[in-house]
Amino acid sequence: MVRSLNRSTLVRLALVGVAATSVAACAKKAQPSYPVQQPPAQTQPETPLPPGPGPVGQQSTAPIPGSAQDFVVNVGDRVYFDTDAHDVRADAQPILDAQANWLRQYSSVRIRIEGNADERGTREYNLALGARRANSVRDFLVNRGIGADRIQTISFGKEQPIDTGSGEESWQKNRNAKTAIVSGAR
Amino acid sequence: MIKTARSPARLVRALLFSMLCAITATALAQPARAEIEINVNRADVQPLPVAVPAFGGAQGAEISQVISANLQRSGLFRPLDPASFIEKDLTAAVQPRFADWKTINAQALVNGQVTVEGGRLRVDFRLWDVFSEQQLLGLQFTSSPENWRRVAHKISDAVYERLTGEKGYFDTRVVFVAESGARGKTTKRLAIMDQDGANPSYLTGGDSIVMTPRFSPTSQEITYMALRPDSASVYLYNLESGRRESLGSFQGMVFAPRFSPDGGRVAFSVERGGNSDIYVMSLSNRASTRLTSDPSIDTSPSFSPDGSRIAFNSDRAGSPQIYVMGADGSGARRISSGGGRYTTPVWSPTGEFIAFTKQTGGQFHIGVMRPDGSDERLLTTSYLDEGPTWAPNGRVLMFSRETPGGPPKLWSVDVTGRILQPMPYPGAGSDPAWSPLLN
Repeated sequence: MVRSLNRSTLVRLALVGVAATSVAACAKKAQPSYPVQQPPAQTQPETPLPPGPGPVGQQSTAPIPGSAQDFVVNVGDRVYFDTDAHDVRADAQPILDAQANWLRQYSSVRIRIEGNADERGTREYNLALGARRANSVRDFLVNRGIGADRIQTISFGKEQPIDTGSGEESWQKNRNAKTAIVSGAR
Repeated sequence: MIKTARSPARLVRALLFSMLCAITATALAQPARAEIEINVNRADVQPLPVAVPAFGGAQGAEISQVISANLQRSGLFRPLDPASFIEKDLTAAVQPRFADWKTINAQALVNGQVTVEGGRLRVDFRLWDVFSEQQLLGLQFTSSPENWRRVAHKISDAVYERLTGEKGYFDTRVVFVAESGARGKTTKRLAIMDQDGANPSYLTGGDSIVMTPRFSPTSQEITYMALRPDSASVYLYNLESGRRESLGSFQGMVFAPRFSPDGGRVAFSVERGGNSDIYVMSLSNRASTRLTSDPSIDTSPSFSPDGSRIAFNSDRAGSPQIYVMGADGSGARRISSGGGRYTTPVWSPTGEFIAFTKQTGGQFHIGVMRPDGSDERLLTTSYLDEGPTWAPNGRVLMFSRETPGGPPKLWSVDVTGRILQPMPYPGAGSDPAWSPLLN
């Protein structure tokens, strides 16, 4: 469980920035009851090619450390909220800590936090609610030492659902705040 | 289905029409006192059987079809099948054979004649009380020929007003958000159409997420909100010139714009640091005043028709509820008390009611209550109903309805809750806003 991963483990993961390590760590977790960012599966390291024509192995390369992909895959760009709430949940804290560590390491990166709401509310109220969520994440990162001048916030309300289904499982995914990299990534 | 652009020339034509569409209250005969009458306040009102035979002349049939459809959708009239008519080819120049219309039990009869002279369309029409054999109305309208639908709407309004004693709402338009594309990747464009779904056209491209348009009291300007990844701004858009301007730049998101009843001010929300408050801006000097300062969500302002008060949405008590305050921000008082979540208050044009969206028990409702919070009535129930807007006479509400996973569609319901129906606009649409009666 992410909840049981201590902060230093995540910091190490983030600093090392090796996707395979992250996959291994994730593989030990029980299935979380809320959506978490899953990195893509990695293939096994290949063995040296035999002489002459033969099978060509292929594998995904790990994201470049400090890249936007590195952030998404190895840190996690979204955290989730309870219905009509905007306080940072316990399960979001390790992810936001990891975001803060990553942002400390890559200090020229600027971010935009995008607050989102599920469809079970009216448009304008949900815009305001999404703004609260974005600001909760912003405040968390600022408390962890990230300069406020590096962070913009916006709310998309219920306009940009990541899951278009209609049910609590979909709605939970859509109650989130996404940390998007605006500039400065490798 | 929907035209890609509305040219300024078209709009100018439409506006010229409003001036030229002289209601020559030709006293074809002195209107007698109506013996038939519809009491719109009764929930059990029986629709009045009305005959609308095809008007004589070019486009006469189309005009009478538009009138018939308007009356039918109001729920207060039941247009009779033209196949049942006994008297054929009735013109506006002669007295109807009342016996023929009594036989098919038509209570009211609308007949007319279209003539085109010198490039101008002239429509003479008469409204008859069949059983008392009296003429209730005799009017003549002139316009350019392409504006024949507006003539039909004006005749519909005249008939509605004569028989119900209340102003009509047919010569109006609706601005809304036309939606296209897959869910989650929806393109949203501002669009405008006649209240019967005819003449839809887009006002904006799909480059930003537009929402919550509202008409100014002049019907010639709208305000709306546009959302981009890096900004949330409010715009004013002049329908006559096609000119668009920002309301101004603020620190933070700006949303939920609404005109004051005199058109001189715009109320809206500004979000800063996660806290949304209501502001009002004078359009003459662009000075804005903050009206709320509670550390909660304060949004969706709606002026009372006399401009003295503002209804709004706030979660200061823990869940979203409806409040009313003075237009200067003083004396905010909660009016919703029925349990559940209340949002999107909209003051009726008559001042009689505040419409709202309510969430309770996993369902959404459109409802109305008195401005003091009493007499709450829920008019609809569905998976997702949202965002009511009033017809200018305060008898009908339009809103958007979504089924699970489906696109939003425009629906209407009358204020008694009896007449609930989809709007005759086939596309996906949300955030409707009804114009005042056109001039």
